[in-house]
Amino acid sequence: MTADIGFILTSIGVFAGLLAGLAIFLLIAERYLANYGTCEIDINGGDRILKVQGGQTLLSALYSEKVFIASACGGRGTCGYCKVTVKSGGGRVLPTELPYLTRKEIRAGVRLACQVKVREAIQLRIPEDLLNAKLFAAVVKAARSVTPDIKEIRLRLVEPAEIAHRPGQYVQVQAPSPDGPAFRAYSISSPVHEPNEVELVVRLVPGGIGSTYLHNLKLNDAVTFTGPYGEFRLNEDPATEIVCVAGGCGMAPVKNIIYSLYRRWPDRTCWLFFGCRATADIFYLDEFNDLAKAHPSFHVVYALSGPFAPDERWDGEKGFVHLAVDKHLTENARRQAFLCGPPPMIEAVTRVLQQKGMKAEDVFYDKF
Amino acid sequence: MNDTSAFVILIAAIFTNNILLSNFLGMCSFLVCSRQLATALGLGAAVTFVMTCTTIINYAAYHHVLVPLKVHDHLYFIVFIAVIAAFVQLVEMIIERFSPALYHALGIFLPLITVNCAILGAALFMIIRKYSFAQSVGYGIGSGIGWSLAILLMAGLRQKLGYSNVPKPFEGVAIIMAITGVMAAAFMGFAGMVSIQ
Repeated sequence: MTADIGFILTSIGVFAGLLAGLAIFLLIAERYLANYGTCEIDINGGDRILKVQGGQTLLSALYSEKVFIASACGGRGTCGYCKVTVKSGGGRVLPTELPYLTRKEIRAGVRLACQVKVREAIQLRIPEDLLNAKLFAAVVKAARSVTPDIKEIRLRLVEPAEIAHRPGQYVQVQAPSPDGPAFRAYSISSPVHEPNEVELVVRLVPGGIGSTYLHNLKLNDAVTFTGPYGEFRLNEDPATEIVCVAGGCGMAPVKNIIYSLYRRWPDRTCWLFFGCRATADIFYLDEFNDLAKAHPSFHVVYALSGPFAPDERWDGEKGFVHLAVDKHLTENARRQAFLCGPPPMIEAVTRVLQQKGMKAEDVFYDKF
Repeated sequence: MNDTSAFVILIAAIFTNNILLSNFLGMCSFLVCSRQLATALGLGAAVTFVMTCTTIINYAAYHHVLVPLKVHDHLYFIVFIAVIAAFVQLVEMIIERFSPALYHALGIFLPLITVNCAILGAALFMIIRKYSFAQSVGYGIGSGIGWSLAILLMAGLRQKLGYSNVPKPFEGVAIIMAITGVMAAAFMGFAGMVSIQ
């Protein structure tokens, strides 16, 4: 019996000692092998010079220095959002980046910041806008369901207290997930003249990390996000018509564009086409009808694709939203279009708009 | 005790008793990482390095720690795996530092060297066949080179295969398995030269 216990204890002791020895060995090796010292990151030819700890990814190095590059996947190399131009010092393009880069981008030195390891001095080019992105702390001011699966969530900014964004831009909300914090992109739906608040329109995706988190928030819960991001620029010429086409929660950026636009140009012509399935999915229609009464140059068209329940009443457009676009818009007007919705909708609407004589560079879209 | 010289064991481990082609150990990374010569060469070098070093450490751990304490019979398996896992971590750090492109090309198969059966197999054969220290080192190096030789041959063949007309049902892994079988048969031709057991 004692021999047995001694035997078991020796076994445990031997194994534990061996593991401890290996662990110490690895720690020492890591100290010498994975130590790259301090490296310098030069942004936009000397605009900002950061000194960061080498060995980490460029994305996390920039993040720790409060340069918030967009990233929806949290650095796993699966979203392709965190593109930066590396002028020197990033090493060769890695096989993990190739699926997200075009040949033109590879020639220009575009890389995914989450895949580039900081090992030496790096010279970067980052769009000016991204340098303006900040980390915001906010609390939930209001949340309401606008359809069975879409919630409107209003966040009051705490620190910093103001956000300067353009219509059509988005923020990245930090949501907890089993593998640490994950960032998910949501368009800002509140207009630009409400700088102390950010409103999001979020559809609940079953199993989705970001939407589940946002839908379960309660009043005064703290929310962290970064932003604003997005390249879209509204045409500043008041004679140019704006055409907004949204499907489902693609309403978010469009609502921002419309309210911001009428605040600045009360007489500018603007079309809103909204597509959804049934009457239960309709939201913001009353608000937009009120806006249309105040601004006669604003036209609202909601198109429902069905199927309809027998007792459902709908007097507006029926069928997919691109058919409504085709029916209402005249040809060859000076226009800028912003589309936000599922890919098939974007493709169909883009086709219709090009038939109406719009150039591809005037059609902006956000597929999700 | 076995009195074959270490050099003979080394040669035998490469040709007559190739761990991949005669024991079919380490097949998973062999099948997946043999698409390109450069990747195959990198993985082959990593496996050879890990195999040589782990055989030496495992030999020392077995004969100088486990046997004197009389816990070798039931602990050697788990101890070998722990040593291999630690060593692969080290190799990972080295490759990441000195060749990031290779690090990304090998991808998940680099950490998976840990569970490469060829490496555990070499350590276990060393115990079963009662090799001395010199013989173990020879066997470790030989098995590593043998495994690399096999994956390099396969990578070369697969690059040629890209230009040939493979019948539809044989495309992909099927033709690779068939080629591996033919290669194994060819290597059997060496069997008469030296034999280790």
